[in-house]
Amino acid sequence: METKNIIIVGVGGQGSLLASKILGHLLLNAGFDVKVSEVHGMSQRGGSVITYVRFGDKVYSPVVDKGQADFIVSFEILETARWLSCLKSDGQIVTNTQQIDPMPVITGAAEYPQGLVEKIREQGIKIDAMDCLTLARQAGSPKAVNIVLLGRLSHYFDIAEEAWQNSLKANVPPKFLELNQRAFELGKNFS
Amino acid sequence: MKELMLGNKALARGLWEAGVKFVSSYPGTPSTEITEEAVKFDDIYCEWAPNEKVAMESAFGASLAGRRAFCGQKHVGLNVAADPLFTLSYTGVNAGLVIVVADDAGMHSSQNEQDSRHYAIAAKVPMLEPSDSAEALNFAKLAYEISEQFDTPVIIKMCTRVAHSQSVVETGERVEFSTAYEKNIAKYVMMPGNAKKRHPIVEERTRRLIEYAETTPINRVEFTTDELGIITSSTSYQYVKEVFGESASVLKLGMINPLPVELIKNFAAKVKRLVVVEELDPIIETHVKSLGLTVEGSELLPRIDEFSQNLIAQAFGKSIPNSTFQIPNCPPRPPVMCAGCPHRGLFYALKKRKCTVLGDIGCYTLGAVPPLSTIEMTLCMGASIGATHGFNKMLGSQSESKTVAVIGDSTFMHSGMTGLANVAYNQSNSTVIILDNSITGMTGHQQNPSTGLNIKGDPAGKIDLEALCRAMGINRVRVVDPYNLAECDVAIKEELAAQEPSVIISRRPCALLKTVKHKPPLKVDADKCIGCKSCMKIGCPAISMVNGKAVVDQTQCVGCGVCSQLCPKKAFVSTKEA
Repeated sequence: METKNIIIVGVGGQGSLLASKILGHLLLNAGFDVKVSEVHGMSQRGGSVITYVRFGDKVYSPVVDKGQADFIVSFEILETARWLSCLKSDGQIVTNTQQIDPMPVITGAAEYPQGLVEKIREQGIKIDAMDCLTLARQAGSPKAVNIVLLGRLSHYFDIAEEAWQNSLKANVPPKFLELNQRAFELGKNFS
Repeated sequence: MKELMLGNKALARGLWEAGVKFVSSYPGTPSTEITEEAVKFDDIYCEWAPNEKVAMESAFGASLAGRRAFCGQKHVGLNVAADPLFTLSYTGVNAGLVIVVADDAGMHSSQNEQDSRHYAIAAKVPMLEPSDSAEALNFAKLAYEISEQFDTPVIIKMCTRVAHSQSVVETGERVEFSTAYEKNIAKYVMMPGNAKKRHPIVEERTRRLIEYAETTPINRVEFTTDELGIITSSTSYQYVKEVFGESASVLKLGMINPLPVELIKNFAAKVKRLVVVEELDPIIETHVKSLGLTVEGSELLPRIDEFSQNLIAQAFGKSIPNSTFQIPNCPPRPPVMCAGCPHRGLFYALKKRKCTVLGDIGCYTLGAVPPLSTIEMTLCMGASIGATHGFNKMLGSQSESKTVAVIGDSTFMHSGMTGLANVAYNQSNSTVIILDNSITGMTGHQQNPSTGLNIKGDPAGKIDLEALCRAMGINRVRVVDPYNLAECDVAIKEELAAQEPSVIISRRPCALLKTVKHKPPLKVDADKCIGCKSCMKIGCPAISMVNGKAVVDQTQCVGCGVCSQLCPKKAFVSTKEA
C-alpha cells in the first residue's frame, strides 16, 4: 500500500498530541508501519502547531510535505486554511469550525478571515466541517474536541469501531474514558 | 514487543536496557523527554542538574564510580558543557559514559541552528547519529559498548525529527553492569604532565575508531544501482529513501565521527555520481573531499533549515506534488504568553515605565513580541545579567535608571547566579528581575533547585532566592506579585532609582501548573465597556474585541485580574459574583 498521510493542525495546547497518539496506536495495531512527528517547545504556547501521521507498508520520512496530505484534521478553521497547501488534490478535510483569534487579530494588526469553510469548498475541496467545541461540551468537556474530531475521522477509515475503541481505552485515563467515548460517538454520528 | 515510540523515549529505553544507573541532565527542547522517560525506570537514578556542565560532570563522577552514566542536553546546552567534554576525551571513562546532544535544525524552539557534529570532531570523541526510534534505542546500547571498549565518552546526536518522531521499536531486556573504581592519578588528574601523556592515547584511539567505523554494521551500504550514490545519515537518510527508494545506492552512516575512509572510497568507486545529503554544515562532504573524491552536496542543498522529502526531490530535479490549494493572507499565529501567565503583568509594568529590558531564555522571551514588545535583547542562558552589567557600566546613570535584566528562576539557577556575582563584585548599579514562576516553563514544567521538589516531584533541597541574592552582597532584594500592577510599578521605580544593585523577585507560579488554584474566569459587563481597548495592551489571548466591546474567552481565562486593573470603567466582573 502506498503511504497515507494525515496532518493534524491547531493551536498549541488544544490537544493534538493526544489525537496523534491515539491514531498512531490504532494504525500500528491495524498492521501498518507508522511514523508520527510532533512539535514541542515554544510553539506549544498558543502558536500554530502541526503534527504528522504517516502509515503504510514501509514509512521513511516522518514529515508530510506540500501536496501530500490525504487528510487534514484541524482543531481550528484558520489553521485549516493556513495548511491547505499540504492537501492532496483529492484529499479530505475534517475540521472544527471554532475560531481562535491569533495575537495579530487581538491587537488589531490583522482581521480574522471570514467565510473560510465556503472559500475552501469553492476550491473543490472535500471538507467536513462541524462545531466540535459544542459537541465536546455536550460530551462533558470542551477539552474533548480532539476526540470529537477522531470520531468524525473514523468515517473515512476502513477500520472496525472496536479497534478505535481499544485505542481510545489505551490512551485516555480511565476516569475520562466515558466522556471521551461520548465525544467520539457525537463526532462520528454528527450530521 | 513492537511498539510505537517517541525517539527520545526509545533512547531512554536503550539507556535502561544498557544497564544505565545514573542520569543527570538539564532540560532543553528537543532533548527533555529522554530524562523524563528515564526517570520512569525505578532502577535508574535520575536528576535535573542546575545546568549542563554540572550534569556532565556528575555523570562523569558516576562513570568513575564504575556505573554506566548518561547526560542529555540540547545543542546549545553542549556549549555550556563543552569544558568537561573536551577533557573527558583525555581522561576517558571507567564505566560507559554516553552524552546526548539534540540539534534543532529549523529552530523550532531554539536561538540558533548550530551543528553539534563539530563538537565530536573538535573534542575527538565518537558520535553516533540515529535516524529513527529503533536506532535511537539500539545506538544507545551500542554507545556503551564503544565507550568501554575504546575508553571514551560517546556522543549520540539527535535532531528534532528523530527526537520528536514516533516510529516502531522492538524492546529488549536490561543487562546489569558495574565495575570497580580504581585510583589512577595519571589517567584522571589532567594537569599538564599527565595530559601530555593522554593526548597521544586520544590520537591512537581515533585511529582505532576509524578502523571500527570501516566495519561497524551501523555504517552500511544499500547498493542498488551504479548511476547515483548518496552518502547520508540521521533524518536525511529517511528523506533520501522516501524520494529514491531503490533508484539510488545509499551509504548510510550511523557513526558520524570519526568517519570511515576505505568504506567511502569503495562506495565512491562503485557509483558514477556521488552526492552527500546532510542537514546544516558540510561535515561529511568536507571529509569526502579531503579523500580526493569528486562529490556534490553544498551546490545542491541549502546549509540552513531542516530538509524534507520535497526539498530533496527538488534538489535532484525531480517533480513534487503540485498543490494549488491556498487561502491567501492568513494572519500568522505566533506563540504567545498563556492567559494568566504571571510574566504578563510584570512586562506591562516595564513597558509602562519605558524600561530597556535585556532578556533571557524561557517563556518570557515572548515579552519581545507585540503588543508588549518589551525585551530588547536575548542571547543565551544567563546573558541578561552579564549584558545589563556591561551596558550600565558603559552608559552610566542614563541607562542605570531605566535598564533591567529579566531572567527566569530556572535560568537564574542555570547561569544567572554568576552574572549576579559579577554585579555585586564589580559594583554595578544594575537592577535584576527574577521572574520566579517556580518551574522550568518552556520545556514543559521541570523542577529546579529553587522549587523545593526533585525530578520525581518529591521534596528536595530548596534554594532560597532572597537569601542567596543577599548572601552575594545584594542589599536591596524585594518580592512582588506580578498580578498586582501597582506593586510592580512602585518596585521598578524605586529599584531603578536606588544607587546600588537591586534584585526584584516577581513571584507567582506558572498558570499552567496543575497545583495552582485559579479564580473563576472574568466576563465583561457590556453596558460598562466603552471599547477603549485599554485591556488589549497586555496581549492576553483570552480577550478579544467583538462588535466594539471586549469579550473574555472563558475557556482560557483563569481570573488573574490584570486586565481589570487597566479598565477605566471596571467592566470586568467575576463570573462567580455576577
